[in-house]
This record gives sequence, structure tokens and C-alpha cells, in this order.
Amino acid sequence: MDDIPPYPPIDPTTFDLIVIGTGLPESIIAAAASTASKSVLHLDPNPFYGSHFSSLPLADLPSFLSSHSTSPSPPGSASSDEHHDFSLLDLSTRPLYSSIDISSFSPDLLDQYSRKFNLDVAGPRVFFCADKSIELILNTGANQYMEFKSIDATFVGDNKGNLLNVPDSRAAIFKDKSLGLMEKNLLMRFFKLVQGHFAGEQDVKISDEDLQSPFVDFLNKMGLPPKIKSFILYAIAMEDYDQEDTGVCGDLLKTKDGINQLALYNASIGRFQNASGALLYPIYGQGELSQAFCRRAAVKGCTYVLRMPVTALLVDKDTGCYKGVRLTSGQDIFSQKLILDPTFKVTLPSGSSPSPPLQAKFPFFSPKDDRGKIVRGICITKASLKPDMSNFLVVYPPRSMFPEQVTSIRLLQIASNLAVCPPGMFVLYISALCNDDDQGKKLIHAVMNTLLTVPPPINSESNASAQSETTESGCAAQDETAESSSTGPSDPGGDPGEGKPTLLWSALYSQELTLGQVDFICSTPMPDGKLNYDDLIDATVKLFKEIYPEDEFFPQTSSENHEHDGDGDGDGDVSLET
Amino acid sequence: MHGRPRKAPKPEDEAASTAKAQKLRALQSQFFSFHHDKIYTKEAVELSAKLLEINPESYTAWNYRKLAVEHYLSQPECNPDSVKSVLDDELRVVESALRQNFKSYGAWHHRKWVLSKGHSSINHELRLLDKFQKADSRNFHAWNYRRFVAHLMNRSEHDELKYTEDMIYTNFSNYSAWHNRSVLLSALLEKKAEGFLLKENVLPEEYEFIHQAIFTDPDDQSGWFYNLWLLDQTVTTDSPLLVSTWPTHGSDVLILRDGCQNGSSFSPFTTLHSESGSFPIVLYFNQPVEGVNSSTVTIECGFNKNGYLLWEPLSVSNSQAAQVWVAHLKFPTSELDSSVEVSVGHSKGIISTRGFQYCHPSSFSFNVHVQPVEKDSFQVSVAESILWREENFKVYSAQSEESIPIATFDQLCIKDGHDSTASNWRTEALAKEVECFRELLSLMDCKIGKLTLARLLTAYDAMSFPFANKLVHSEEVLKLYNDLMKLDPTHHRYYKDEHSLVVLQKMTSSKESLLQHCFQYKDSVSSVIANPICLRLNNLSLSRIGAFEKLLWVQMLDLSHNELQSIEGLEAMQLLSCLGLGHNKLRSITALEPLRKLKSLRVLDISYNQIGDHSIDTTRYLCSSPLSHSVGSELNTDETVISDAALVNYWEAFYMFKDLKLNQLDIVGNTIADEKFKSALVKIMPTLKRLDDELLN
Repeated sequence: MDDIPPYPPIDPTTFDLIVIGTGLPESIIAAAASTASKSVLHLDPNPFYGSHFSSLPLADLPSFLSSHSTSPSPPGSASSDEHHDFSLLDLSTRPLYSSIDISSFSPDLLDQYSRKFNLDVAGPRVFFCADKSIELILNTGANQYMEFKSIDATFVGDNKGNLLNVPDSRAAIFKDKSLGLMEKNLLMRFFKLVQGHFAGEQDVKISDEDLQSPFVDFLNKMGLPPKIKSFILYAIAMEDYDQEDTGVCGDLLKTKDGINQLALYNASIGRFQNASGALLYPIYGQGELSQAFCRRAAVKGCTYVLRMPVTALLVDKDTGCYKGVRLTSGQDIFSQKLILDPTFKVTLPSGSSPSPPLQAKFPFFSPKDDRGKIVRGICITKASLKPDMSNFLVVYPPRSMFPEQVTSIRLLQIASNLAVCPPGMFVLYISALCNDDDQGKKLIHAVMNTLLTVPPPINSESNASAQSETTESGCAAQDETAESSSTGPSDPGGDPGEGKPTLLWSALYSQELTLGQVDFICSTPMPDGKLNYDDLIDATVKLFKEIYPEDEFFPQTSSENHEHDGDGDGDGDVSLET
Repeated sequence: MHGRPRKAPKPEDEAASTAKAQKLRALQSQFFSFHHDKIYTKEAVELSAKLLEINPESYTAWNYRKLAVEHYLSQPECNPDSVKSVLDDELRVVESALRQNFKSYGAWHHRKWVLSKGHSSINHELRLLDKFQKADSRNFHAWNYRRFVAHLMNRSEHDELKYTEDMIYTNFSNYSAWHNRSVLLSALLEKKAEGFLLKENVLPEEYEFIHQAIFTDPDDQSGWFYNLWLLDQTVTTDSPLLVSTWPTHGSDVLILRDGCQNGSSFSPFTTLHSESGSFPIVLYFNQPVEGVNSSTVTIECGFNKNGYLLWEPLSVSNSQAAQVWVAHLKFPTSELDSSVEVSVGHSKGIISTRGFQYCHPSSFSFNVHVQPVEKDSFQVSVAESILWREENFKVYSAQSEESIPIATFDQLCIKDGHDSTASNWRTEALAKEVECFRELLSLMDCKIGKLTLARLLTAYDAMSFPFANKLVHSEEVLKLYNDLMKLDPTHHRYYKDEHSLVVLQKMTSSKESLLQHCFQYKDSVSSVIANPICLRLNNLSLSRIGAFEKLLWVQMLDLSHNELQSIEGLEAMQLLSCLGLGHNKLRSITALEPLRKLKSLRVLDISYNQIGDHSIDTTRYLCSSPLSHSVGSELNTDETVISDAALVNYWEAFYMFKDLKLNQLDIVGNTIADEKFKSALVKIMPTLKRLDDELLN
């Protein structure tokens, strides 16, 4: 790529659709539109695929985060260059990440291996073997470009560092050592009830009244003890908010949706022969997924230009309608439709009042971020949290860390056998939904302090704006550190003789949750707070239908027909490493 | 494979199978000609391989290949290398046949045969098995073969036990794995291998293990089967025990050769009439045993000097093993008072059918009093009839001093005195199980859970009975069986049978409860038969009878107005002379087979049953017929009799009644009982004096 001249002219200059940003929703739309025989130009200002869904080398992650944490540079000169047919609307980015806090405790070691890391920007994230994203990957043939591996287990954690196995299947319930006989019986009967309900067995139908009631009430009605309720709600149905606190969780999960989640989980177990559990993770990280759809799009004729920022939108002077974009290279490209990555915002030229049609549309074109925030953490260690296991998920249900914890915290440990880090190292992705950065960071720190030995900082790479925000929670973490280093042997980079793995590097950041919108300009959603991609895929399909109501979203053609004929070959369409 | 629905064949499948059949026919005819001409050339052998690849079920082809291998091995030019390659070829053919159908008996058997030729690829066999067992972990062929290979390579039971554990953890609904586990554990326990010295240490862990499966999914059968095996291991003692005898220890037996009682002080319970000059001695064990004879059971008494007795097994099948054994001790005609001592198992030789020695030598003694004979009055007595009428039975009030066999019976519970400390763990294990399944039932309604609890409680009561002196849980067990009859109508009969057994056990568990069913027979006309004691178990809706070990003393038994379809086990009641079976559900003459063993039976009432309603008695597991071994051999000796045309049609009746010396028979109210049949009966039984209330000449 390096020998490509900086800004080669793009030819042709007119497309059906321009997509800016190569995040997952944009990539899927580019692939879907190309498949529907649209001419598509897919641009990304970054030199890599994936945008906010990418997996980045260790050295690149901090700069990517900080480049999206500051307010945009003042509008360039593009606006002054008046076009006689079009108004120019400056396109700039708005900050999506805040409170970025990066600490390295073993810089030499990590510098040496920086390129061997593929760190997910939007972690923790996995696939359920039977979820919509896997279906989409199979139906579109994107699976040819990816390889997966099974996540070994799911645990529920507590504030003492214990990890309890989640009895998520018949075999797991049988094997479980912590459940009593009665609990085993209750849980399995509940699973059977749900299975029977979906299988349409007459005598095990769940009543409509129950289906409409809150799931947590239904679980209570079934007599399930608190421990099992917590397993089901937070480690199988993967609920985010405390279901027993209506104040926090205005929108309680309904039984109908809860059992759908259980059915998804159940269908995921054993779907693929080599996958032992319900969850999958792609080799080389989640960034592979966006890239796979981009490759899919390219095969169908989509034009790709990376490292190509867009400076302005071209808008019809009279109607205020979108016409095209102006690239950094100065070239103007025209298209019928435009899809923007959610980081972009349109600024009106200062001083000049917009034309009436534009003014009418403008109020709608502003970022919507009433969905709260998510704080994500990435930690690197040299030892697994569970000595005999490499890849697993840990869920901390609400109130499991401290009474004020109102959302679930999820942690995903991925080892080098998934090619996300050098051999012998482990990457931990942690996330929690929150209303503000401090609240969220407190949750992530609580988990880190429970599971890891955090050494005294050697070198903080936190950027200036973020550092000022790292106040209370940061101090708390350091206090904790001092305590643990005084009791345990300090061996930065290595592991203490017993117990917790030592933290080598960590990044904490808060991300805004924005929805995609279909207005004057269409924009895609940011990575959400869910564990899998299903909600994002729903939103993406909806967006595609809005812009191309006449076209089918990835129609099934005979050559791409990956429908399973049920021959019992284990649906071997997803390539799984054993 | 399990759990895969069968799909309706598509048209193209049918075409394919037609083509396959075409190809097979061609191959097959060629193969048969090779086989017939004993041609074992390379080409011919390859043809058989092709045939087997398409149809692994072709036994002839497998056998042909065995012959071909034998043929090759007998050639002078064969050497170890070439033998190996020939055997390797065989294994390859088997493997591809198994790929076609891994439940092919012929293929698995052929593989065993090849290995038995000393082929040394055993490690490869285990790998292959792993592959097959992964594809279908419940394939019992593979498990069978696994045991064969494990044995051949001397793989330790510990390793195999670990393997079953892994398979069970993958999917615990695997009866083959549980079964293999029980086989391995039995072997380890028998060997007394390290860590497997005592059942009491091994079984609790197994209980713990199986509870995980049962509680997780009570609807899965495999766990319950294994649990039943564990229960059996807990309850059964290895060595057989003597449970009961007649006469009982310390009893006084009065033997009369006529009906006069002479106002003696003997209890009517132990007063016996004998026409044959002998009386029976009955040994009742807790399980079928072999080897009861005059050297393993010795007898000392004043009148049988040489001590020789012929012991007979009391079983309806002609097996040499039986739970009950009888010998007839002859006594002199003169008046006599003598004590008899019987010693059981002081010399080795009594062995249970499972191969365990009787190892609790014990003895019992009793006194015999013989009263002289008065021929005339005896003649009168047989002409009298027994009328099973309510008014003829008077409530019997026993004198407190009376030696009722049931009272002495308690002393005869020889079994528990021996190893009460050793069986403590058994009682404890059962108590734990009871608690466990009560808990399960408190959570859910579960048929097999109820059945298991009922079995557990019954076993628990039986084990602690001599000490508790009462069946503590019988009410609960009866309720469980009542529930089960309602919940699971399909198996109603089984529950009913079990229910009946518990009712009987409860009734016979104490002297008081048993006495409530003892009546004195006293009809208005007769005075000769001296008011015998009748045990009346009528109107109890029994479908099966049991508790025989406590009823060995009974001479007159009323089982009328029940729901009996079988009288299995009744052969143990050797003293029985009057038996009322009227108003039951007996459906065939052969259902009466146990009666053939009752030499003292004189009066039988089988009126108002269903004999002859159905041409085939579907309620009986084994239907004896002249074609079956046991009946046929006996009939042949009496060819002259059976040649009587009237009897040919009633061979069953002939077989059943010809050895019985009945004086009185009531058979009215059965479909079969027409005039022809009745006249046949008279021919069969010359001793018969009364048939359906009619006096015969």
C-alpha cells in the first residue's frame, strides 16, 4: 500500500452509493448494495479496515482512540471554495471516546511484540453459534474469509475472585460441582420447559400471560433460587441491567424475549461439531468480520479507497439535497445515496446562513447520544485467569461486585491461540454500560482489582485531556496496587508466585452509544453494548431497507446457497479450528 | 444413530437402491460360484470384499473370507510378513464395511476373529473404536468390541473405568457406558483391587455420581437402570442365607395318621395328617441355590439312622437350582417321640446361582410325635367335603402359650444374626437413598421416582425387620403403588403385583396381624377332620402371592375372591392339603403348575375362574406345551394313557392333574368345565371322590 501515490484520482466519478467508514454496518451495507448490483464507492480515512470495529496492533490503538477523542480541527479551506451549483457542508468528526487511560507496566516487552497484537476496539464481543451474524456470514459466503474457534466456557464471577461454572447445558448441569441436586433438577426442568415450549409440545406451553410478564417474575414463579436466576438472566440471556431493580431497569426483559435468548443459546451449543460451547471468536480478532464483508463487496465490484478522508458534502443549492462528497484530494464524487460512519458530523459554514431547505433539514442532523455510554477495558497479562483454560467469558451480574453496581460487567479472555497476542500472553476485554465515565470506570477497576495484580505505574501514556478526567477511580486503583504490592512479591512483567496474574498493559476508555439514523443523511450505529452483533445487524438491515426499499438484502442465489440439507455433517460451513 | 428421524425415500433414492440391488445380484452370483468351488484366488477374494462393502450383512461372504484366510495360512509359502498383510487386508475390509453400517454383527464378529488370529494392531483398534464411539457413543457393538479389545490387551479396569466416566460426562444418557461401568466395577470388586476392597466404600461414591444424572434429568432411563443395579448391589448379600424352615426350630410336631385328636395339648398349627408315612422338611433360602443334599444338610434323629435324605429342588422349571428345597423324612408306624436336628451348610457345597458359597452354618431342631393309625376313621374323613362357606369359619382365638409357627419364626431369621454389623452400611446407604428420593418427589411427580422409593422402602424394611419387628413403611409403600396404578395405567399389573406382595408381607409380619386371618374350619356335619386352622387371605384383591417363607406351616389356605392370575411360588407350601382359589382370574390349567409339587394337596377349589376363556394364556410368561422340554418328556412315558382319545384334547389337564391325589375338586364356573372335560378329569384322577359337589363312585 505504501507505494500507492497519496491521492490517485478515482474513476468513475459517479456512483449509486458512497459509504464512508469500514465499520461492520458500513461493510455489510457495501456488500449488500454491491450484491444488489449497485455501484458502490467505499472510503475510509484510516489505513486499515474496520473503523470502530477493527482489531489494531498495540501501538496503533492509543492513537486511534485519541484521534476520536478530541474535537475536530477547525473546518478546512474547502468551504471557502464555492461551487456554483452546490453548497459545501464541512464534514468533521466528533469525539466518541473519552476518559482514555492507558497504562503500560512493561513497555520493553510490549514494544517488542506490538505488531503481534490484534486488539479489538469494540470488545468484548463474541458470536453465538446460532445467532443472526453467523447466519449472515454463512448466507453471504463471508465465511470463506474467516476462521473461528470455540470459547471454552462461561463463568459467573464474584467480588472475591471466584469463577463459578455456568451450567448452560444438560451435560454441564450433570457435571457441575457447585449445584445441589435440587438445583440441578430445577434448572434442567426449566430448560426442558423452554425447549418443550419451542418444540410445540402441548402440555408444556408457557401461557401468553407469562410470556408478556417480566422474565424475572417468571423465573421466580418457577421457584428458581437466586443463584440460578442470576445464571439465566446474566450469563445465558446476557442481560445488561439489574432485572430486580425496576428503578434502574425501566425496560424489564419480557419472558418472551428471555426464552428466545435461551433458545438461541441452546441452539448454539453443539451446532458445529468442533465447537464445544455456545460461543465463537474469530481468529485474528473481530476486525476480521468487517474485512470479510469488504472482501465480499469487492468481489461484487465495490471500489475501495482507504486513507481517503472526506472533507465536505456537496448539497444542491436550491433543494438542499445531497449530491456528492469532496475528498481530501480535492476530487468531487457524486452519488445518489450516502452512508456515513457515526463519527462524522456536518458543520455549517460559519457566517453564511444556510439556504431555507437546508435549514429545514438541519435540526435532524445532529448526533443522538441519549443511549448512555459504555466503558471498555483492555488488559494484557502473561498468565491466564484460569490456569487450565485459554478462552472464556466471565459475567459479573449486577450487585455482584458492590451494591451500587446496576449493570452486568463482562470479561472475555482471549489467548494467543486465537492470534490476538504473542504466545504466552492473554488479552482481557472488559465492558460495562454506565451513565457517566467515572461510574463505568469504577466497575472496570473493580473487576481488574479482583482478578489482577496491578503493579505501580512505570509510564502513563494517558493523553492530556483524559488524564484530567482520571480522578477518583484512578486513585482507587493505585491505592489497591500499593496494597497488593506490599503483600505480594513484586515482579513487574511476571506473575506473583501465587494467585492473580500481573497486569502488563491496560487501556480504559469510555465510548458513546449512538444509534444509526436515517434522515437527511444516513449514518450507521456505533458498536453497541451487547455481547454479539445481532442488534447491530438488525439495525443495518433496517438501514439498507430504508435506502433500497426495492432491493432484497442478500438474495439467495444458487451459487451462494449455503442452506443446510440436514445430512448431519455438522453444518460444517463455518471453518473451526480444533 | 440415535435421535435421527427416518426420512421418506425420495424417487431418486429408490432408483439408486434398484441400481444397487442390480449390482449386488451380479456380484452375489459370481461370489457364490467362487465360494462353491472353493476358489480363493486374489481376484475371488477381492470380489467378496466388494460385496461386503456394499452389503456388510452378508454372513456367507464373511465366512468365505475366513475360509480364504485359513486356506492362505495353510499354504507352505506364507511367512510372518505376508500373514500380517493378509490380516491387515481383513481389517481394512471390516473397517470399510463398518463405515457402511457400524451395527453390522458380521463385520464386528469378523474383526474379533481376525484379532484372535494373533494380529497385533491392538492400539490401532482402540483408536478406531474411539472414532466409532465418537460417531455414536451408544453403539453397543462398539462397546462390546471395546471390552473384547481391552481384555485382549490387558488394559486395566481403572483405565476403562475412567473412559466410561469421560463418556458419561459427554452425555450421561448412555446406557452402554453405565452398563460397562457396572461390569468393570463388579470385576474390580471381585478382584478386591486396590481402592475397590469393600463395596461399602465404592457404592456410596457411585450413588453420588448417579444422583447427579437422575436429578438433572429424571426422565432419562439410563440413570435409573444404573441406580437399580446399585440398589441390587446394596441389598443382596453375596452368600446365600437360610431364611426359613419347616418344622421351625424348637417346635413340637404331632403327626396323626387319622383325624382323632385325642385331646392332646398340641397346637393345631403343628398337627399334621400323613398318609404316606413321611413328613416334609422344607428349607427356604433367600436366593436360588444348588447343591443341597445329604452331605451338605445332615440330619440326626432316633429313627433315621443312616441320615440319608433325598433333597428335591422346588422349582417349576427343571433347573437344579431352587430357593426352596424339600426332603421327606420317613417315620416308623409305631408310636414315637423323638427329636430331630438338621444341620445346614456345615460342609461346603451349597452354592448360589451367582457362584457364592453358603457360609453361615446353622442348625435347627424339633420334636416329632407320631400317633398310631386307625384305618376306618380315615376312610370316612376323605368322603367328607370341605365347603368354603363363610359360616364354616370361626374366628380362631389362640391360646397365648400356643406355639404358633409365626412366633418361632422370628428366631429363625438366621440371616441377620450373622452379619448385623457388616450390614450396617447397607441400612445406612438405603436410608440415605430414601431421603434423597423423597426430596426428588417433593419437587416433582415422577413415576420411576415413586417406584424406586417404594422399592427402597421395601428393601429397607426387609433389612431392618427382625430388629424393628414391624414393617415401618408398609403404609407409605402401599400408597406409592396405589398412586402408580393411577399415574401409569400401562404398567398397572406390575404395580398391582408389587402392591399385593407388600400387603402379604405386612399381614405376615407379626403374630397378631397373622392371627387375624386364622380361622377354625368347622362345618355342621363333619366332625372327623378335627377343626383345622385355615389361613384366609380372601377378598384382598391380591394379584400375586408371596411371603411364602412365613407361610410354610399352612395346611388350609383360602385365597378365594382375589385377582390372582398366577400362583407362582405356591410350591413352597408343602403342607398344603386344602386350597381355595375360587373366584380369581386364573386363565389356564397350566397356571396351576406349582400345584404339581404339592404332594399333600387333597382338596382344590378353582371354581369361577377364567380357565378356557382364552385359547392362549397371554398372562403367563412361559406356556408349557407338549413340545416344550419339561412337559414332553413326562408325557412320553405315559403314551398308553394319552392314546385315550378323550384325553388327547386335554393334555394340559392330564399333565397337571395326573400326579395329584385330589379327593375333591371344584371347577364349576370355568368355560372349560363342560361334561366332557369333567369326565376326562375323573379318568385322570382315580382318587377323586367329589367333583363340583357331586359325589363320585
